[in-house]
Amino acid sequence: MLLIKNVMLVDALGERGPADVLIGEGRILSLSGGKAERVLEGKGLLLAPGFLDLHAHLREPGQEVKEDLASGLLAAVRGGYTDVVSMPNTNPPVDTKEAVQALRKKAQALGLARLHPAAALTQGQEGKALTEAGLLKEAGASLLTDDGRTNEDAGILAAGLLQASAFGLPVAVHAEDASLRRGGVMNDGPLADLLGLPGNPPEAEAARIARDLEVLRYAVRRSHGKPHLHIQHLSTKRGLELVREAKGAGLPVTAEATPHHLTLTEEALRSLDPLYKVAPPLRTQEDLEALIEGLLDGTLDAIATDHAPHTQAEKEMDLLRAPFGIPSLEVAFPLLYTELHRKRGIPLKRLVELFTDGPRNILGLRPLHLEEGAEASLVLLDPKERPVDPRGFASKARFSPWAGWVLGGWPVLTLVEGRVVHQALG
Amino acid sequence: MRHLLDFQGWTRGQVENILDTAKVMAEVLERPVKKVPALQGFTVATVFFEPSTRTRISFELAARRMSADVVSFTAQTSSLQKGESYKDTLLTLEAMGIDAYILRADSAGVPHQATRWVKGAVINGGDGRRAHPTQALLDAYTLLEALNTLEGKKIAIVGDILHSRVARSNVELLPLLGAEVWAAGPPTLLPQSLPGARLTPHLEEALEEADAVMVLRLQKERMEAGLIHLQDYIAHYQVTEKRLRKAKPHAFLLHPGPMNRDIELEGTLADSERSLVNRQVRNGLAVRMAVLYHLLVGREG
Ligand SMILES: [Zn+2]
Repeated sequence: MLLIKNVMLVDALGERGPADVLIGEGRILSLSGGKAERVLEGKGLLLAPGFLDLHAHLREPGQEVKEDLASGLLAAVRGGYTDVVSMPNTNPPVDTKEAVQALRKKAQALGLARLHPAAALTQGQEGKALTEAGLLKEAGASLLTDDGRTNEDAGILAAGLLQASAFGLPVAVHAEDASLRRGGVMNDGPLADLLGLPGNPPEAEAARIARDLEVLRYAVRRSHGKPHLHIQHLSTKRGLELVREAKGAGLPVTAEATPHHLTLTEEALRSLDPLYKVAPPLRTQEDLEALIEGLLDGTLDAIATDHAPHTQAEKEMDLLRAPFGIPSLEVAFPLLYTELHRKRGIPLKRLVELFTDGPRNILGLRPLHLEEGAEASLVLLDPKERPVDPRGFASKARFSPWAGWVLGGWPVLTLVEGRVVHQALG
Repeated sequence: MRHLLDFQGWTRGQVENILDTAKVMAEVLERPVKKVPALQGFTVATVFFEPSTRTRISFELAARRMSADVVSFTAQTSSLQKGESYKDTLLTLEAMGIDAYILRADSAGVPHQATRWVKGAVINGGDGRRAHPTQALLDAYTLLEALNTLEGKKIAIVGDILHSRVARSNVELLPLLGAEVWAAGPPTLLPQSLPGARLTPHLEEALEEADAVMVLRLQKERMEAGLIHLQDYIAHYQVTEKRLRKAKPHAFLLHPGPMNRDIELEGTLADSERSLVNRQVRNGLAVRMAVLYHLLVGREG
């Protein structure tokens, strides 16, 4: 039994408290105290449901030099995540039930965050032949995606949506038209022209989203189940408008945005540092503002990290050759707590919802609120500020665009079903 | 000034300072003994991840004319994929006590990255499409020699502007000296915008009343990528005697070399008295001497 005293509560329902939260048998037993072996003073701290990340690259199997389940899931609990969806673009890609089972088994043994592996939509993520959605679902796959690749064949995507709909699996897409994107390494526009870097136009995202929404329309018309298209790492104003319009028309589409697209713009590339090379690229301030609006009006359903670790040496290659990606599991919440809630006044309740019920809904999981009887997968947050120091990351990727940024809202205790998986209490 | 990466944030005074020194160096190069001891004891490395014999020789000769020791490192970028990284290469050289690095790479930003890893001065010898600052300095020097001043002069740059580091560096530098810069090329090879330049897909518009025309080399890759059609390019963008009549009567011609005769430029023009191409090469040496001198000896804070 654990008692957290005088703590403020925040979940998708709102902020309330202080409460004395009694935890035992993996559940919240009481919000008004009780007897416990261990008592924590929670004054000045916030308690929230555990976060769910819809989009993490944990690199296992095959690229453990960048990250593995142990380092990735430890990074996750240190970031307040109790649940993580791993992307299937590993080596080999996760496209069989055996691969899904193996990942789940290994993650369970680690006893850190719970892993919900995503499986490939097509065999080998090659965009040609569908994987076995039914078997993958039974093995524990949480969604289907060829993330990292861009689903060029609309017919395969349509068939994938139809098939996945029979098993209640969402299909997530990396929405970029590869032929329009070409070799782009940053947002296309005057700054890319000035810096002499190949541009990836915002229209490459919008064009693909527009197409995918038509494919979804088709799948809805033909399906006997409920197709669900999820758009990953939305980065442009125009892409957001298309999703907003589609939602308004009742299409079953959801979307996520990343911490980097919500806090950084293409201006960061002025340093010509591959640290900021990411796909889709960092966009303009106007795009960033549109995304924040999308968080508030519900066009965006979730904040997902797209945690994409690489080795230091790879990120020190030149801009043309360095890989795309930013590691962010350990800073995502403090970053957005500070930049969006504190500095821009986004309601804390909405922010927490985007880390909890928002992504849970997409996976078809029940909402998780701080009430008696609820599962005790929780995170305790400390509003006190301190600078980001990537040298202390649990992730193998110990670099960060936010190094030195002073943030509050750090997870100091993470519980999965009542079990302490991360503790950093002062 | 610690490094020469591009001209972002540069002032006119800084540019004029280097060009004044280049004038002194040009005089040195006129002497029977073309060598001064200015950089004795300094070691300069040319580090070329993208081959360019002409540029490398120009830099190495510039360093030797000032009595510096010179080492050179060349590598194919393909070997980079195999684990030898830019950083490793530079740190190895750093351990040998290099004072200045002249870096060339096919990707923008490599010299900028290098400044985070080494203590020595970094000179951009051309990085991807980003910048080729010593080329722009030698172009400016050559133009000043021919026109006396760049104040109010119209300079046209013609060709593949989008992929050209020479164009980008000139567009940054020449307006600092008072020039009005126009850039013309096929729509697929034209950026959306470049601060400091007027962009146009119409060659005639750029040539109109121009005091000098800088012709860029057309790369074969652009045709292979389907961005242009060669005959169409020649028909609409080749700088010819006839088209040049739009420009000022004795408008000068520049080309960074090597030239594709009768593609970007009518062959006869290349050899005409308007052509400053050979002066560009000669001035390249003086300008590079001046840059090395400023970075290694004459650091004006
Ligand atoms: Zn992606």
